[in-house]
Amino acid sequence: MKRLPVLALLLWVCAVFYVGIFLFVGGFLLVRLEVNRSSTCEDVLLPDSGGDFCWREPRFRRAVVLIVDALKADFAQYDPGNMSPRPYENKLPVIEELVSSHPAHAGLFTFLADPPTTTMQRIKGFMTGSLPTFIDVGNNFASSAVLEDNLVHQLVQAGKHVVFMGDDTWENLFPKKFHRSLPFPSFNVKDLHTVDDGILQNIYPTLKGDDWDVLIAHFLGVDHCGHRYGPDHPAMAEKLTQMNGVIRSVIEHLQNDTLFVVMGDHGMTETGDHGGESQKETEAALFLYSQSPLFPGPRSQLKPEVVPQTDLVPTLALLLGIPIPYSSVGQILTPLFPLDGQTTSGPADLTQSEALWINAKQVNRFLETYSSMAKDISPESLSRLKADFTRLSAQYLSTVQQGRPPSPEVLRSMQGYLTSARETCRASWAKFNPLKMAAGLAVLAAACVLCFVLSELSAAVVSVDGVGLRAPAVVGLVGGASVAGLQAASLGHVDAAWCLAAAAFSSEVVFLWRVPGISSASRASQRLLRFPLLVLFLRCCSLLSDSYVIAEGRVVTYLLFSLCLYVPLRLNWEGFLAATTPPDAQKPPGALQPLALPAWVVRREGGVLLVCVGVLVGSLYLSLALHGCREEQGACQPSPFLSPLARVQDSRRRNLHYVLSVAALGAWTYLLYRWLCHYGNLNHAGAAVFAARWLLPLASMLTGLHWAASSTPEDRFRSLAELIALAQVVLPRGVFSLLGLGMLLLWLDPLTVFLKPRALAHTRGPSRPRPRYRASTGISPQAELHHLIPQLYQRIRHSLEDGVTKEGPEEGSRPAVEAYGLGTVYSAPLLLLYGLLGLGLLLLHPESMAPAFLLLLMEGGALLYLHATSTTLSSQQVTHLNSFTVPWAPVVLWSLAATQFFHATGHLPTFPSIQWSAAFVGFPQGHTGTTIPAMLVVLNTFTSHILFAVACPLLLFWPFVCEVKSGHGWRGGTEESEDVIMEMRLRENPQQFSSALLHLATRYLFVCGVQVFASVCAAAILRRHLMVWQVFAPKLMFEASGFLVSSAFVFVGVALVMRVDVAVSRLFKRLLPESSR
Amino acid sequence: MWDSEIRAMASAHAIIASSVFMATVVPAVLVENFSVYRTHLVWLYSVCGAVAAVNVAVFGLLGVSPPAKKHTLHHKVSRLVKSCLHFLLSCLFFHAVVVLYGAPLLESTLETFSLSVLLSTLTTLRCLCVLGPNVQAWIRVFSRDGAMSVWDTSLQITAGCSVVGAWLGAFPIPLDWDRPWQVWPISCTLGATVGFLTGLVAAPVWIHWHRKQLTYKSK
Ligand SMILES: [Zn+2]
Ligand SMILES: [Zn+2]
Repeated sequence: MKRLPVLALLLWVCAVFYVGIFLFVGGFLLVRLEVNRSSTCEDVLLPDSGGDFCWREPRFRRAVVLIVDALKADFAQYDPGNMSPRPYENKLPVIEELVSSHPAHAGLFTFLADPPTTTMQRIKGFMTGSLPTFIDVGNNFASSAVLEDNLVHQLVQAGKHVVFMGDDTWENLFPKKFHRSLPFPSFNVKDLHTVDDGILQNIYPTLKGDDWDVLIAHFLGVDHCGHRYGPDHPAMAEKLTQMNGVIRSVIEHLQNDTLFVVMGDHGMTETGDHGGESQKETEAALFLYSQSPLFPGPRSQLKPEVVPQTDLVPTLALLLGIPIPYSSVGQILTPLFPLDGQTTSGPADLTQSEALWINAKQVNRFLETYSSMAKDISPESLSRLKADFTRLSAQYLSTVQQGRPPSPEVLRSMQGYLTSARETCRASWAKFNPLKMAAGLAVLAAACVLCFVLSELSAAVVSVDGVGLRAPAVVGLVGGASVAGLQAASLGHVDAAWCLAAAAFSSEVVFLWRVPGISSASRASQRLLRFPLLVLFLRCCSLLSDSYVIAEGRVVTYLLFSLCLYVPLRLNWEGFLAATTPPDAQKPPGALQPLALPAWVVRREGGVLLVCVGVLVGSLYLSLALHGCREEQGACQPSPFLSPLARVQDSRRRNLHYVLSVAALGAWTYLLYRWLCHYGNLNHAGAAVFAARWLLPLASMLTGLHWAASSTPEDRFRSLAELIALAQVVLPRGVFSLLGLGMLLLWLDPLTVFLKPRALAHTRGPSRPRPRYRASTGISPQAELHHLIPQLYQRIRHSLEDGVTKEGPEEGSRPAVEAYGLGTVYSAPLLLLYGLLGLGLLLLHPESMAPAFLLLLMEGGALLYLHATSTTLSSQQVTHLNSFTVPWAPVVLWSLAATQFFHATGHLPTFPSIQWSAAFVGFPQGHTGTTIPAMLVVLNTFTSHILFAVACPLLLFWPFVCEVKSGHGWRGGTEESEDVIMEMRLRENPQQFSSALLHLATRYLFVCGVQVFASVCAAAILRRHLMVWQVFAPKLMFEASGFLVSSAFVFVGVALVMRVDVAVSRLFKRLLPESSR
Repeated sequence: MWDSEIRAMASAHAIIASSVFMATVVPAVLVENFSVYRTHLVWLYSVCGAVAAVNVAVFGLLGVSPPAKKHTLHHKVSRLVKSCLHFLLSCLFFHAVVVLYGAPLLESTLETFSLSVLLSTLTTLRCLCVLGPNVQAWIRVFSRDGAMSVWDTSLQITAGCSVVGAWLGAFPIPLDWDRPWQVWPISCTLGATVGFLTGLVAAPVWIHWHRKQLTYKSK
């Protein structure tokens, strides 16, 4: 058997997929590190100045900030010449009136949003002054609260009262910060009025009152109107006219010390959506107004000036007299600050140069802090910025020390510094990289094709010497190295992502080019039009729609159900289920159809098939009751099984759940134990058997005890509190170490075969007849082994039937060794590993989830038996024993079941639904590092992926395992040595064994990989979609990580099979001389 | 012989299809406020009734149904009772399958059951008409070599199309379009009906196309 080549091929395929995912995610997901430091009034940014913030009387004491969601730049403009305005044009005349009549008091700007243009990211953006991305590392995933320094935080710190009303996103972002807050639900896009009417009822009383310093009101009507009808709709005109009225009447309530800001958080496309980076989405409107003069200088503007959204933060901060938030990269709006010599209302106002100087120092400080934490900003640009700052600070300080006002050049260079700092940050945080995304897509697509070709041609690939992997590897290395060289020569630095991309892609292409028999694979691609693959295709399509992703749990169950009904229907269609024997079969079997099954076997297998479908459907249906709920699913109740038992109030229900869980745990252990026992795998005294006999039951007992300890509510059994606390540490750790020990033993000695020399029962001398395999002399040891196995196996069969070996007349011609459990030598260790792993993963879940694991085991078993019986039944037509390939249906079923149990174990592809409590199982006091908790959470999240992936090779073995039942008595009934030998059949055809294993693993990887590809496509195509950061991006993350975990554990499963194979070879080598002696 | 059989089938199918059409149009004239979406169950049962009646009549007239062994009244009555029983059981079977597919178990039971009645009418009733109350024969018909006449083949096609139509009809339900036809079980019943009509059209065409390959064993 070719072990290393198969493993190398699998590793290579996985690596290619990883590179594709890495490339795409690198171009798609915007990642930034959060700096968790705050500015304070005492901040002295350079040693020689006397404090930077809060040391003067602020220019404005109060501010009113109206956020009109999705107020596009066009909406705010007024064109008197436009005679037939569209519904969204010329609806805010108040702005134009004020700007033209009071140019020193009012200003309109184009407010440039940074992608992603979604409301939550934008609120974060114009409150922190930074460029929030999809993942702000350091953020607590479980809550969305802004932990970075921000305007609200600074205002509260300065003792100002912030009153908020409107979109409830704010309440989630800034919990408990507001002096008073009136949040209204924002989720229902179809509701145009609830939020706006709520604000309008409360805003005027608040404005008249005196308990506020900063009032923030966030209107949602315009945005929802856009999503529902698009901008070009009369409803939009109505909504904008309403906003016009609001602005007008708020202005009537304003006082001289109040700054009034009206702004949109982003724009909208023609269809009213937003999220992406097109001009229509990024251009919002910003309107500033005050009763006192706001713009000291003369203003002449034909077109509104463009202001990036980050710039609002430092401007507002300095106008209101609070420190600029620490991680702001914005630049003050210079027109609002007087030049030296210009006069404004207050003599103590910050001048433009002072404001710019404070601003530049703050940005410089942030860049220094950030670059010490993260390395994603390129060092060249950082050092350039640093040099700029040093130069301009020298210039500024020297002019100030001479008592002169700084020259316009210094001001301009400060502005230039701030702009280039922001652009540097933007380039590394806030831009999709379409080139990388496309490259990732290409590599992934090629990887899927590769996987398919590899699975179709596994036999040919394995038969080639060296598996043809050498050329792709060499070409890949050369490709990667040459790209690295080119980059180093032209750019001066090396981007690892592109080298990996080149390596992966070139090796893929070369492999596809050189693989033998590629034409037959292209012929095989016609067979893609099968129902199982249609189901897979539908599953991939479902990933492209947000509704289906939200309802994923049910969608997958639906598809799984359809596919499992398809199996018996197809068998019936092919006529394999006809209990009445077809006319041909009335002839003596063997003439036409050598493999025709007798009627009673067909009937029995049909019965087994029905039972399997029943169990499968039953467990599918029951598992629907274990799903959690996404926030998008309105009327959904999460399963009562999801909450930890300690939190269940009703003690009767708690006891019921506990009993149910313990029963499920017991059943899990018992079923596995029973199976191993039934196939004679527990007779040996080796390490693996020790693990099965003792470690597995012991670990499950400890798990049950741990649940008892962890489910007691905290207020009861006070006297035992210490004991319970101790148990919560000791028991899970005990279980983990037992299971770890079990897996280690399993790896070291995976054989579960019991050999029994038969010399004890009989007195045998040299007169013992020579074993039959000696009959042919001159045979190679390898071939001798192959002859030995069936004979060994017959013993097992006898022992299975009778429990004890009977002495028959043919006894004399047998070798003097019996082997128990040889027929399931491959599947037994795999199943044992599955059991051990499952137990450990169960411990990471809430106690009540144990029934879900039992369902998982039953469904897996039902799938395996369904596959086995349908293989047996269809063997009437196909001589399946010549090729061990697993058809598509069971593979797709297996992979869909993994996704289905992802949901049925209470998981969802969203970040808030990650079960963080898993990190504290066995570590109730918390951790010091991050590796162990991260690992525990990953294991918890991808439990079903792990279990199904590791058990994947069982699909190959199960038809052989079930052979013992169906095979005995009909297949070649005359020649006993030809009868059932179960998994030894694989051992006899090592070439086909390795190719079948490769075939199965690549098919499974293909099914998983195609799903990853589909969700990558969804993210790429729908990156402007409203739901991209809520639905598609998290889905992509979960799908990709699920693939990583799945592929790793498929590899583990295959590696274990190889390990068993090594052990079996060693066993036979040892046996051969012994029995031929 | 082929042509005449195909022509007979095509006309029979045309009559059945027009009965579906009539069942949609006639109540619109007779019943007030009738609409396929709002008074869905009325439409559904009128289609069921029409299809059932026309099927029984057409197949009775054409004499496709398997000949009864004895023409006694007792035998006929027992056959009728058996058929009704089979129909009821098939309704329950479809109901169970639909619930297992994810239909609500306790709410809108009437709607779910009406869907299964429709599915039974479109599949089981035709089986009863063509094959009689003989489950073994039904199972036999749905295999590759199981068809023994053009009627069996048409049964395969129409029943398959109806079930696939209902299956496809469930697809739009989770989408957030808020259309009236996305309400359970309207899309499924519409899918099943459309599938049935497609099957009625497709069966004669397909048989005509493949008449060379089709060979039927005698019963
Ligand atoms: Zn918004
Ligand atoms: Zn929106």
